[in-house]
Amino acid sequence: MSSAIKVEELRKSYGELRAVDGISFEVQAGEFFGILGPNGAGKTTTLEMVEGLRQPDSGTVSLFGESPWPRNPRLLPRIGVQLQASAFFERLTAREQIRTFASLYGVPARKADEWLGVVGLEDMADKRNEDLSGGQQQRLSIACALAHGPDLVFLDEPTSGLDPQARRNLWDVLRDINSQGRTVVLTTHYLDEAESLCDRVAIMDHGRILESGPPASLVRDLDAPTRISIESGVLTADAARTLADGVEVSDDGVSLTLATRTPAPVLSALAERDALRGLSVRGATLEDVFLHLTGREYRA
Amino acid sequence: MTGFVSLSAAMARGFFRDRTAMFFTILFPLMFLVLFGGLFKDSGASKTDVLQIGSVPVLEQLPAEAAAGIGQVLAVERTDDRADALEQVRKGDKAAALEQVGGELIVHYSAADQVKSATVQGILESLVQEANLAAAGVTTPALKLSAKPVEDESLKAIQYMTPGLLGWAIATGATFGAALTLVTWRQKKILRRLRLSPVPVTSIISARVSVSIVIALVQSAIFIGVALLPYFGLQLADQWWGFIPIMIAGTLAFLSIGLLAGAVAKTAEAASAIANLITLPMAFLSGAFFPLEGAPEWLRTVSEFLPLKHLVSSMQDVMVRGEAFSVTLPDIGILLGFTVVLSAAAAALFRWDDA
Repeated sequence: MSSAIKVEELRKSYGELRAVDGISFEVQAGEFFGILGPNGAGKTTTLEMVEGLRQPDSGTVSLFGESPWPRNPRLLPRIGVQLQASAFFERLTAREQIRTFASLYGVPARKADEWLGVVGLEDMADKRNEDLSGGQQQRLSIACALAHGPDLVFLDEPTSGLDPQARRNLWDVLRDINSQGRTVVLTTHYLDEAESLCDRVAIMDHGRILESGPPASLVRDLDAPTRISIESGVLTADAARTLADGVEVSDDGVSLTLATRTPAPVLSALAERDALRGLSVRGATLEDVFLHLTGREYRA
Repeated sequence: MTGFVSLSAAMARGFFRDRTAMFFTILFPLMFLVLFGGLFKDSGASKTDVLQIGSVPVLEQLPAEAAAGIGQVLAVERTDDRADALEQVRKGDKAAALEQVGGELIVHYSAADQVKSATVQGILESLVQEANLAAAGVTTPALKLSAKPVEDESLKAIQYMTPGLLGWAIATGATFGAALTLVTWRQKKILRRLRLSPVPVTSIISARVSVSIVIALVQSAIFIGVALLPYFGLQLADQWWGFIPIMIAGTLAFLSIGLLAGAVAKTAEAASAIANLITLPMAFLSGAFFPLEGAPEWLRTVSEFLPLKHLVSSMQDVMVRGEAFSVTLPDIGILLGFTVVLSAAAAALFRWDDA
């Protein structure tokens, strides 16, 4: 696999604030890569420098071996960017929007229209963008970013402000895009989104990459306990402690939670006692990884 | 090229679907035209009002052609009340009262308005002389006086208002169009999105320029169309279409003003305010709303530095004064000069992004 993006020691400061403070990463062609972190972590600034919208103070960016800064017209047809705030021409219908953007790349109108179908907006084609809902606007803006068939797609917080249903619909669209062989780079502050979509994530905080790798292995490497919860009152905390060695027990009056690194014996012991009412089992998530890395709770 | 075409289409659609923009660039200036055109419809080359007391054969027996000539300068009204007629002259309501007693034509005038009474006396004197010559059998006199106002009908308000208000409308349309496109496209991140596409900057700018020129042509067509209605009675010179080049040069000059305003302003509100601050006072100082002939010297000097003055005066020359297109060439040059300087400044201040 060849690398689509190579970033080395990238830095950008705004006055005293070091928005991006020396980050390096590489994204392989065809990968779904996520940049993850709370608001203000430096994700957008990073993305803007990679896209060639902002000049880094220092460090290098190369996309398919070329520098995106200054504006590089050879590179531009190969990348598609969905901006955080949906950028639309005023008072144009969805169809007119996507046709306009497509024509900037020499893509014919008929091909542009197909993209409305891909993101499920055929019915909205004659609606002006001002009349579309937030989710429809996001999907339109993704379609506009993709209409010219770029090899590399940047999506900045594509699902922020969407209701859960709309988010999940959008995830399907993004998975499809990636499965067509396009490299996708996504920033998000939703950890579950990164976990569900990305082949690899980089966790950012305060302008630095704290850790990167496939979400599953980040979680696994954490070696965090599995949390088993049952309804409160089924079992006393003391009885729960005797189930297996090294079980940490807490009871908040709603659920009794057992944290253990060896869930199998605990679960079978619970089953023996017929104490499985309200059972839920949660492994560690990226949230725990973030907590571990920063020593603080994750707050989007 | 496709980028230029589709951006022009996007801009034009955005404009023609924007009711506010349509109102301020087309209807609003048109309202001024309708309002002023209606108010000042009868002003213009004002005739001198004269009363005729009883029968005045010298006037009544004039040949039709001469009567029409006199009619352009004098508005003669007949009355039989001599005392009242003299009273009206005394009060200044009428310039003079005429009375013929046998072979004597008496002109009653007031010394209060010497100019008007002199006009009347002069005209009547020539009438009397002509009548004397005719009586003496001289049908083709060696010298003949015929009175005609130099402006013919061209001083009618609609004649200078149409090019003036049209010039102002074009200036406003181009300035606001450029300033607001630049600011809202920057605010809405459309500029940023365009920067990420391979479309050349020249395509973006030429799209804006062509849309503005089309808007200016639409404004002109509507303005001239309305002013030509019999109610307003605009009379175009033979080569009136010669105003198109100066109109395009004016559009370019005001586009560059708008680009400069848009480069400086951060919000659409600020851009509107700046554009207003530039175009509105300029309209008063440039002779767009009223002629500058009677304005003080300093104002006329100031106006030479304002692009709108050059746009409006050249448009008046070609559209209503009957001048050839070539007289607008110096003004076209000046407007293009404005364009070059202001565009360079706007380019230096240009920002793709807010931050």
